[in-house]
Amino acid sequence: MSQANPAKKIINNPLKCADELFEGLVLAYDGKARRVGTRSIVMNGLRPDAPALLVGGGAGHEPIYHGLVGKGMADGAAVGEIFAAPPPDIVLEAAQAVNRGKGVLFLYGNYAGDVMNFDIGAELAADEGITVKTVIIADDVCSAPPAEKHKRRGVAGLVPITKIAGAAAQTVDSLDELARIAQKACDNTRTVGVSTKPGSIPATGKPTFELADDVIGLGMGIHGEKGVGLIPMCTADELAAKILDLLFADDLALNSGDEIVFFVNSLGSTHMMELLILLRGAKPILEKRGIKIHQTIVDNIVTCQEMAGVSFSIIKLDAELKKLWDMPCESVGYTKL
Amino acid sequence: MPKATLSKDEVKAMLILACERIIAAEPMLSQADRDLGDGDHGMGMERGMRAAIEKLNAAEVESIEKAFSTVGMAMMSSMGGASGAIFGTFFRNGGKALNGKEAFDAAGLAAFLKAGVDGVKQRGGAAIGDKTCVDAMEPAANKAAEVAGESLPEAIKAVAAATEAGKDASKAMVAKFGRAKTLGEACIGFPDAGACSVVVIIDAFRDFIVA
Repeated sequence: MSQANPAKKIINNPLKCADELFEGLVLAYDGKARRVGTRSIVMNGLRPDAPALLVGGGAGHEPIYHGLVGKGMADGAAVGEIFAAPPPDIVLEAAQAVNRGKGVLFLYGNYAGDVMNFDIGAELAADEGITVKTVIIADDVCSAPPAEKHKRRGVAGLVPITKIAGAAAQTVDSLDELARIAQKACDNTRTVGVSTKPGSIPATGKPTFELADDVIGLGMGIHGEKGVGLIPMCTADELAAKILDLLFADDLALNSGDEIVFFVNSLGSTHMMELLILLRGAKPILEKRGIKIHQTIVDNIVTCQEMAGVSFSIIKLDAELKKLWDMPCESVGYTKL
Repeated sequence: MPKATLSKDEVKAMLILACERIIAAEPMLSQADRDLGDGDHGMGMERGMRAAIEKLNAAEVESIEKAFSTVGMAMMSSMGGASGAIFGTFFRNGGKALNGKEAFDAAGLAAFLKAGVDGVKQRGGAAIGDKTCVDAMEPAANKAAEVAGESLPEAIKAVAAATEAGKDASKAMVAKFGRAKTLGEACIGFPDAGACSVVVIIDAFRDFIVA
């Protein structure tokens, strides 16, 4: 065990971060959600006889995924170790706790570890008589070309996707219908992220990746996965244009008159000041194309420790998604009045 | 003296040695993963092996199958992530192939490795050449099938050499899975961290059997 703490993390034990942040998260819910089993969190007072929405993933990216448990959001979450998918028995305990006889939708980001562990968890749940459907979030445009969308990672788009699926879970009666809507939300969501500085691994304090001081990693993943290339440091307006170019070049048709949710996310330490300056740069470019922002989110929700960088997510709304979007929701990670 | 066959208690002792070797190799495995991924492979494996030792020591081992599957279940539950699912599946599926066996010999080694790697390939979708742990597991399983008729000490020596060669071959590969895949050709020259773990485990088997 390393005692060094070069990242100056304010923690107790570098090997206990996942458990301790989880205990803190449960406290932050003020009794609205409870701990289940090893490391699952589940909302209290769920609607009876309804299909359930379960999210989950590795810890260390707070407030996602477990901070998206809430009213009008996810019913529960299975929480892994730092940067590691939750094991199958945690997925099972969470699935059992959220299931109300109508089955459970597993909704999570496309990472090999998550897919394997949630799949094993689904097999264990099936053994217990619980029906499971899975929708995998893969919104990261720069991680694979449109023809290989199944290889794309899940990034910041998971926030609006979970919001829409959470609203659907409040209204629909069947698991099939919940899965259909969640899949549609995924199909209509695209994200491009950039990185300027790595985060650190809590257990070691070492950086998650290396990046020179004078460059930006365009399309870089939230763990530092290589994107489409390095570009020299530039202004916020230039960067906003480059990110939007990559979004427009993808296969989500964005036409004049389309309405979107526009989500400007900080990957951790990038300041609200910069997010707002980027938003100011992006708005006229969207306007010029006739794209209408139905709602803007400027926040710090999908993070990787003190990693610096931003992502833009676009969610194209049709009548059904817009109606679900407009419902209120309340969670530690995202609240909409 | 080299052991011709292993009893269930010897299998348990061999597995505990493998766990201890992984725990000791944590810095090397973490560095191997930092070269290609996010650097947490060694710590995950250490966590899994500490849980496995605890479970193995908690009760009398019922059977050879149970000794292997106990390691698999402990790794899967305590690690999470891709490594937990993969190595958990390796030990669990491999163990199932030893159902009813009362002595572990070269044929048992071959059966364990074949079932283990088949389970891993089915779960994760990786094939040989993708720069994953399969690049060490599959050559090990193939060699074990070849030498299944030999004595256990001779067989495990040949299997350990094949495992090491498989891990070394992964250096030249471009990753198709995990975080390393986003590095493209930049990952050439480094072995896969999961393959390094397989080598540590099989070397421990060899040292236990041959000693």
